Amino acid sequence: MTTSLIRRLIQAGFVIFAMTLIVFLGVNVIGNPVDILINPDLNQAERLKVIESLGLDRPIWQQYLSFLHGLTQGDFGDSFVYSRPALDVILERLPATLELALCAMLIAIVIGLPLGLYAGLHPNRLSSRVIMTGSILGFSLPTFWVGLMFILLFAVQLGWLPSNGRGETAELFGARWSFLTTDGLLHLFLPALNLALFKTSLILRLTRAGVQEVVSQEYVKFARAKGLRENRIILVHILKNLMIPVVTIIGLEFGSLIAFSVVTESIFGWPGMGKLIIDSINLLDRPVIVAYLMMMVVLFVSLNFIIDLCYTLLDPRVRLDGKG
Amino acid sequence: MTALLEVRDLITEFPGENNAGLRAVDEVSFQLARGEVLGLVGESGSGKSVTGFSIMGLVDWPGRIAGGQILFDGKDLAGADEETRRSLRGRRIAMVFQDPMMTLNPVLRIGTQITEALHAHTHISGTEARARARDALGLVGIPSPEERLDAYPHEFSGGMRQRVAIAIALLHQPDLIIADEPTTALDVTIQAQIISEFQKLTEQQGTAVIWITHDLAIVSGLADRIAVMYGGRIVESGGIQEVLEAPRHPYTRGLIRSVPSENSRGSRLAQIPGVTPSLARMPSGCAFRTRCNRSTEACATRPGQFGDALAYHRCFHPYEEALA
Repeated sequence: MTTSLIRRLIQAGFVIFAMTLIVFLGVNVIGNPVDILINPDLNQAERLKVIESLGLDRPIWQQYLSFLHGLTQGDFGDSFVYSRPALDVILERLPATLELALCAMLIAIVIGLPLGLYAGLHPNRLSSRVIMTGSILGFSLPTFWVGLMFILLFAVQLGWLPSNGRGETAELFGARWSFLTTDGLLHLFLPALNLALFKTSLILRLTRAGVQEVVSQEYVKFARAKGLRENRIILVHILKNLMIPVVTIIGLEFGSLIAFSVVTESIFGWPGMGKLIIDSINLLDRPVIVAYLMMMVVLFVSLNFIIDLCYTLLDPRVRLDGKG
Repeated sequence: MTALLEVRDLITEFPGENNAGLRAVDEVSFQLARGEVLGLVGESGSGKSVTGFSIMGLVDWPGRIAGGQILFDGKDLAGADEETRRSLRGRRIAMVFQDPMMTLNPVLRIGTQITEALHAHTHISGTEARARARDALGLVGIPSPEERLDAYPHEFSGGMRQRVAIAIALLHQPDLIIADEPTTALDVTIQAQIISEFQKLTEQQGTAVIWITHDLAIVSGLADRIAVMYGGRIVESGGIQEVLEAPRHPYTRGLIRSVPSENSRGSRLAQIPGVTPSLARMPSGCAFRTRCNRSTEACATRPGQFGDALAYHRCFHPYEEALA
């Protein structure tokens, strides 16, 4: 167990290192931040001074090495725009994105899993067909359009819910969170629901497919032959067997919620990381882009690791030593 | 003698084309006294397993019991509600399945799978249930049962898993165990062990057994009575000795002749010509008539039961003489 953990960590280290190279070089080929950042009224000498202060006069391999050197000290460089450490700029926005992603994932699980179970157990009922048709809508309607419709309906027409910003926040663990206040929760609801729609459909369909596969297994019939009550058969025998693919998807989709909820954050004016990264790309704020992408690499590597750990909890045949 | 189980004209149907019901079990009647062992013999698709599942109340959807009675201890199970049937399953009627690799849930510990069967029918504490589970494993000859309770199915061999399944079936000292080819999937050496231990345990507890198999050799060793199924019907039924020595129905005779034995060494094995027709193409009248060398026009009408409830055949032209 310990050796396999160490091996996994070394592998993760390689992935992260490879990504530093790709990300750093990739960002350096798109556009020149100098053209955007520097006031065109400045004269040539002043221009050079600014370029030098940003470190952009040096060859790219030197820039990369000093970036790596900074990384070992947890320093991603200073943002060109905010003139503060890039990591701080991002971390400031993290709570907003995190609570939005968590909330959306929670809604998706709470709705998707039971409905998927139901549709899988009773495939021929009318209600199941309605659920499955609904999930096709959840899949195929563009998220941004649904977001706009939500705003039109709930904010503009009915006036029930706010459509912009985080609302009131309260402090916890040194960060500001919306979900701790009623007003914040009201602000959180629409964007979270909007993001959850696609994920709900995904979890629902995956659960249903899993149920249909597991229900026909002999061990489910044997569980019935033992005289077990239906609740136990569904919640223990069936659910535990179908959780493996569902956990995988939940993990990966959670990552994508954090990393790529750009559109929803923009529509609902949610000041999260997605909005920050779009602004940074527009301004070619390289350190922020690089720091953000690196964070996402670490996020996905960690999520995959957690998913693997979950496998070992769910399925005794899976062991991390790679033998099983 | 009052029968423990009396099946009368049982019909189990699966929907076919044009809503015509396909009868997997077609007017099957037999009875079983307490402690008696009935061998239910037939080829694949003859309806013997579906008969077993009908008695258990576990016919897979969309199949259903379409007629007849299943009198267990005087009560009709065919029309009983689900809760009545559940409370009997595992407690008074238990079942052992064919493939031990598939019957235990891969993600649950052996101990859990045994104790849940106890909790389903009795109010006992966790420690008590565990102690009884341990004893049950010991009873079927599993070494160091206390430790094995925490093992998962994949840590057991096929033979050991079938022992676990038998232990679960015997937990509540049921009146009846339906054994659906429980040794077919095992090595020959293990088969003999399991059969003899199963026989010993059921004799000790006075359990009646319906042993479903296609193997006449197994039945001749352990059954008191035999029922031969073909095309969803019992074509011949009677005491094991009488039927094997002087089979009346041409199909029974063909089945016995096709078993290799000492006396037939060197000569060609007898075969029954043709193949079993599918349910949808079952001939009218006697289902066996298209493969039978004694069939006449009379066979186009359906043969009734000739004989009494304990020994009968369904043939217009039965053999009278004993087998050579």
